[in-house]
Amino acid sequence: MSFTPPVEKCKGSIREVIVGAEGRVGGENTFPFHLWEGEMPNAPMIAMEVYDEPQPEWPEAVRKVYEDVMDDPVAWAKKCQDEFKADAICLQLRSTDPNGSDASPEAAAETVKSVADAIDIPLFVYGTSSPDKDAEVLKKVAETMPDSNIPIGPVDEANHRQIGAAAMGYKNPVVGFTSMDVNLAKQLNVLMIQLGVPEDKLIMDPTTGALGYGLEYCYSIMERDRLAALMQGDDKMQMPILNNLAPETWKAKESRVSEEEEPTYGDVETRGILWEAITATTLLLSGTDVLVMRHPRAVELVRTAVEGLQAQS
Amino acid sequence: MALSGLEIFKLLPKTNCKECGQATCMAFAMQLAAGKAELDECPYVSDEAKAQLGEASAPPVRKVTIGAGDMAVTIGEETVLYRHEKRFENMPGLGVLITDQMDDGQVDTLLGQLKDMEFNYVGQDLRPRVAAIRAADGDKLAALAAKADEQAGAALVLISDDVAALKAAAEPLKDKKPLLYAATEANFDEVSALAKELEVPFAIKADSLEKLADLGQKAVDGDFKEVVLDPSSTTLGDVLKDQTLIRRAAIKKTFRPLGFPTIGFPCDMTDDKLQEAVFASTFIAKYAGIIILSDLDPARVLPLLYLGQNIYTDPQRPMQMDEGIYEINDPDADSPILVTTNFSLTYFTVSSEVEASKVPAWLCVMDVEGQSVLTAWAAGKFVADAIAPFLKKSGIEEKAPHKKLVIPGYVAQISGELEEELGDGWEVQVGVREAADIPKYLRQWSEN
Repeated sequence: MSFTPPVEKCKGSIREVIVGAEGRVGGENTFPFHLWEGEMPNAPMIAMEVYDEPQPEWPEAVRKVYEDVMDDPVAWAKKCQDEFKADAICLQLRSTDPNGSDASPEAAAETVKSVADAIDIPLFVYGTSSPDKDAEVLKKVAETMPDSNIPIGPVDEANHRQIGAAAMGYKNPVVGFTSMDVNLAKQLNVLMIQLGVPEDKLIMDPTTGALGYGLEYCYSIMERDRLAALMQGDDKMQMPILNNLAPETWKAKESRVSEEEEPTYGDVETRGILWEAITATTLLLSGTDVLVMRHPRAVELVRTAVEGLQAQS
Repeated sequence: MALSGLEIFKLLPKTNCKECGQATCMAFAMQLAAGKAELDECPYVSDEAKAQLGEASAPPVRKVTIGAGDMAVTIGEETVLYRHEKRFENMPGLGVLITDQMDDGQVDTLLGQLKDMEFNYVGQDLRPRVAAIRAADGDKLAALAAKADEQAGAALVLISDDVAALKAAAEPLKDKKPLLYAATEANFDEVSALAKELEVPFAIKADSLEKLADLGQKAVDGDFKEVVLDPSSTTLGDVLKDQTLIRRAAIKKTFRPLGFPTIGFPCDMTDDKLQEAVFASTFIAKYAGIIILSDLDPARVLPLLYLGQNIYTDPQRPMQMDEGIYEINDPDADSPILVTTNFSLTYFTVSSEVEASKVPAWLCVMDVEGQSVLTAWAAGKFVADAIAPFLKKSGIEEKAPHKKLVIPGYVAQISGELEEELGDGWEVQVGVREAADIPKYLRQWSEN
């Protein structure tokens, strides 16, 4: 019996979403990096995180990288762009958290504007997963940045009308957030399409579990999302996927606990970097299009993995 | 084509002799149909049945065991391409490369790590088990293999181009089932003959899938079952491509020449140690059976072991935590008492937020068969008349006698009833709905 490679063509493809002036995410017509049987015109985009207020609780490994820019989101974003060669920035509007500093939508929108003006790469803007506050904040962001193509999220079922309407009005892509469930993800897409959000302005955030903290759920949900989109050709699932992974991996005990406290775990900085890079790589293999990342070394490792995955004989 | 359990049953002796290890011939037939047993395990099967069943009943990816005792690694027996379809069966074996270029100190350090390294995660003990010994010279290969067996009890991969060297190293250790690496186009007959003589598994290696399939066909023709494939992928993209096509051919086409587990060497792909770990993670997610690293730095092995566990856990059966009281941040008699369910994801989310809050707390985890808070509540498992007896017998009252209990915000409606069920002066407080809000809640709790 001689060997014939069992090649499989997909009947669907993922929509391409334009972010910023000319950034492109999605567009693949095959499973992640299956370049022997399909095309993946845009490599997954790595968006490096910037916060709009200092993060003193972060583990040392990431705190020391951003110490000099922690109280200046513009300088922080420029550092990621110029020094770490980020593909994009994801501005996490942590200051707006109603359980935290509870900053106003106006103040947050000002920050968005000054960061957007200072960089040449695409910008994503993320709220704090407080549905009511995110609705106010992200509406204001859309209004302040019309025609900018800045994706805003997370949008969930509770606030999709308010944010969706603003995004339509000002032409922003939106990132729909659902809780690790294929059907919920589809339902939210359907709701936003019914509302009138164009299909090529939708990105999905399926919830990201870090390595050791639910990564396998996320992995399988994303595989099933892609099977629905590509094999079954379900056009309500053909949206690019974004994984907001850095806040999850750097929260994990294994990224934080010192070698003194857990002597068998080895160097804490190596662990933290790998927790992020391995989580990201696993997501690359299950279908991500946008990775929100934090540590520059982890970014470099994942970029090399992407280049490696693209090299096929 | 695969046969159903019933079709297979018709061809069996139907004597229920139990010698195959199953209670009945029917049970054995079901195991065969599921690809979990081999026909050879039935001592009385007729030649006619063998001919009909042999091909159909073998698992699409053969089972291979390397090593013996606690350190043995079993790989293969896989039946799906996507873990949600059923589950991935056998977690990959992680190991380390030991070469004749290393000095004794280096070898001793690596073997010491291999012997002692073990991490407990969600109730499972995870560890690297494999020593891959690479040496050109027969004496050196034999000496290092003997040492790895003696000092670490490791599952062995013996690497040499010289068949005489493989023989010298494998013969004294043949009961430990070392993997001979590797049979190539040039020496297939010699290496496979040695594997047959010693009754040990062997690897086949070629630089294209076509050539690998040719060697695989020879292995099938020679009736070899314990074979491991090395497609010699040099880039990460080829790793993905080769592993995917091998698995797809085996599962979807029942293509026997590639119906074996695989071995990969991220240790040979880069000099950057962190990059190597990232490459290794691709082998883990994408089907490899044995994965060889260049050393055993725990900070790099730990995430890889976790990843193997995550990917190979059964998606149909939620991971569960043991019922009991979990102490977080060193709690004392005045620390808050929280209660939640034993769904591992619930537990991890809650415990990591409690930990991050730096507030000492008692986290009482109740067995509800691994369901989340809302699901268990809806199923009548996480309700007042179940939670109260659990808390009473948990012993929490001795540890923290203040009788204040915080319940998840999602089950606020049970607070009154739970207070009644607990009686005895207990006060039930409604906590937050989202884990992310726990730190703030706990800080406020401890200020009051």
